[in-house]
Amino acid sequence: MTLELHGLAKSYGGFVAVEGADLKVGRGTFLTLLGPSGSGKTTILSMIAGFTEPTSGQIFLDGREVTQEPPEKRQFGMVFQGYALFPHMTVAENVAFPLRVRGMAKAEREEKVKGALDLVQLSRFADRLPKQLSGGQQQRVALARALVFEPALLLLDEPLSALDKKLRAELQEELRALHRRIGRTFINVTHDQEEAMSLSDSVAILNHGRIIQLGAPEALYEQPRTRFVADFLGKSNFLPGTVREVTQGALGVQVGALRIRQAAGAAKAPLGASVLLSLRPEKIQVLEEGEAADNVLEARVVSWSYLGAGYSIIVDTALGPLRLAMSAWRAPFHPAEGAAIRLGWSAEAATIVEDDDVS
Amino acid sequence: MFPKGMPRNAGWWALLMPAFLLLTVFYVAPILQVLSISFTEPELGFGNYERILTNRSVQRTLMTTGRIAGITTVLALLLGYAVAYSVTMASERARRWWILCVLVPLWISVLVRAFAWVTLLRRQGLINDALMGAGVIQEPLELVWNEFGIIVGMVHYMVPYAVLPMLSTMREIDPRLMTAARGMGASRWVVFSRVFLPLSLPGVVAAAVLVFIFSLGFYVTPAILGGGKTLMVAEWISVQILDLIRWGFGTMMATVLVVTILVTLGGFSRVVNMRKLFGGGG
Repeated sequence: MTLELHGLAKSYGGFVAVEGADLKVGRGTFLTLLGPSGSGKTTILSMIAGFTEPTSGQIFLDGREVTQEPPEKRQFGMVFQGYALFPHMTVAENVAFPLRVRGMAKAEREEKVKGALDLVQLSRFADRLPKQLSGGQQQRVALARALVFEPALLLLDEPLSALDKKLRAELQEELRALHRRIGRTFINVTHDQEEAMSLSDSVAILNHGRIIQLGAPEALYEQPRTRFVADFLGKSNFLPGTVREVTQGALGVQVGALRIRQAAGAAKAPLGASVLLSLRPEKIQVLEEGEAADNVLEARVVSWSYLGAGYSIIVDTALGPLRLAMSAWRAPFHPAEGAAIRLGWSAEAATIVEDDDVS
Repeated sequence: MFPKGMPRNAGWWALLMPAFLLLTVFYVAPILQVLSISFTEPELGFGNYERILTNRSVQRTLMTTGRIAGITTVLALLLGYAVAYSVTMASERARRWWILCVLVPLWISVLVRAFAWVTLLRRQGLINDALMGAGVIQEPLELVWNEFGIIVGMVHYMVPYAVLPMLSTMREIDPRLMTAARGMGASRWVVFSRVFLPLSLPGVVAAAVLVFIFSLGFYVTPAILGGGKTLMVAEWISVQILDLIRWGFGTMMATVLVVTILVTLGGFSRVVNMRKLFGGGG
């Protein structure tokens, strides 16, 4: 099912929850609405479902406008935050509910319920009550219930937020596999950037009720459009500077006392413009004796922590503190507080971003 | 967990003892003593109880009481359910006012309320006057000093008692369940009948038992609104003991009342486990 939002907006009194959201989701896409709490992501989902009436704008499902339709007419499946399983019904009765309200005959219903429970590997628990199941199992029941009537569109409202980290990772795998297997449109809401990146074909990043950037996870991570996106999706160092030199495809950006060589990329940055560079911690190298790089900076280790796969290191430099990530395997040096090192990064490492951090 | 168990528990028992003794000495013992009169007066044995089977007046009183208590319970539950449902669905602000409106009647003396109903319902009362003035009826309706009057007064008294347990159960129901059900394609009616109603049933059962037991032993309201013509158990007992000085006969009926209430409660305690089974709303 394709879903289109045209200028969808919602305000409560003077408070603007969602500000003119435009979005087009193709058939079979896994889209995640990602944002901090209060960014409007849940409100958008709720408007797609029909639980919240938009102040203005339109919603189209497969080209048909559904903005005014009540939720029960829209034919989507939904996994609710906290699952919202019916406590007085068994697992099988819960899963059968959407079929029962559609008046499906008993035999067909039982077959579908069995199929849905098989899909999430819960057939053994059909006669249990929800409270007799673990959190992960309840989550799967909610998923089976949302998928049992084969909706073309599945809405997921923070589906994994109530689970512990390890289980969350497991269910992420399952959810992704399920999406590939059944090939339906999934729309997921989360504030967890790792979940968004690992699950989605496409991510919409929201802040203060606006969609800041929409794209594939790699594109968002590698080419964040704004400071907020770079900061919310992973970690980043931000270097404010001024363009002092424009040559073929490359810029010279003055940051403090340092002239940084920076690939121009898609950004329009004329001579004299103030720009903000976003530099990912893992793109800064620790240089060995005599090694060269486009940009070189002397640094002193302030603090560091060991994370198994790598080290996270905070260093002090002429440009202020920087964060860097270094693989632990064959690390070029062993971190120690106060150690003097040389940092280097290539002209392509940093990205010029718009400074939207008004706070 | 505790090797010998007892010393720790003994401390709790010691705390319970004063209240326990107070209740036994000043409450349970006197009641048992009074009730035992039913086996000793006018002569030793079950003579008083035989009369449940033979005495028309006893049978009529029991029937009347059961019928009035039953009707009162059903009506109070229906009205109370509607109120509790509205309160549950209301906004936070409106809800506070609703609850106040439910509680205020509880603070007004039952005597005052019974006489207020007499004023409204009697032959020259407000309701009859208004209906006759409007030409709807020619003769005043018999609205009081009969079962109808008793039931009106009792339902009015009982509605808050029906609302409160139902309200507490309804407020435990996760509102997301109703949203979820609608999202799954259920109409408002199906959401109510298949999700909300079953989840609110423990509260309905609790309210039913509370109202029914309360109604069985009701004294003031039936005495005033029944006008001495329709007797319920409590008034009947008072007549036997205070007017006719037939202690054995009166206390027999009291014993029947107490046993009925205990049996009802016993039955209820089995049903109430269902609530744990459902886990309320979560």
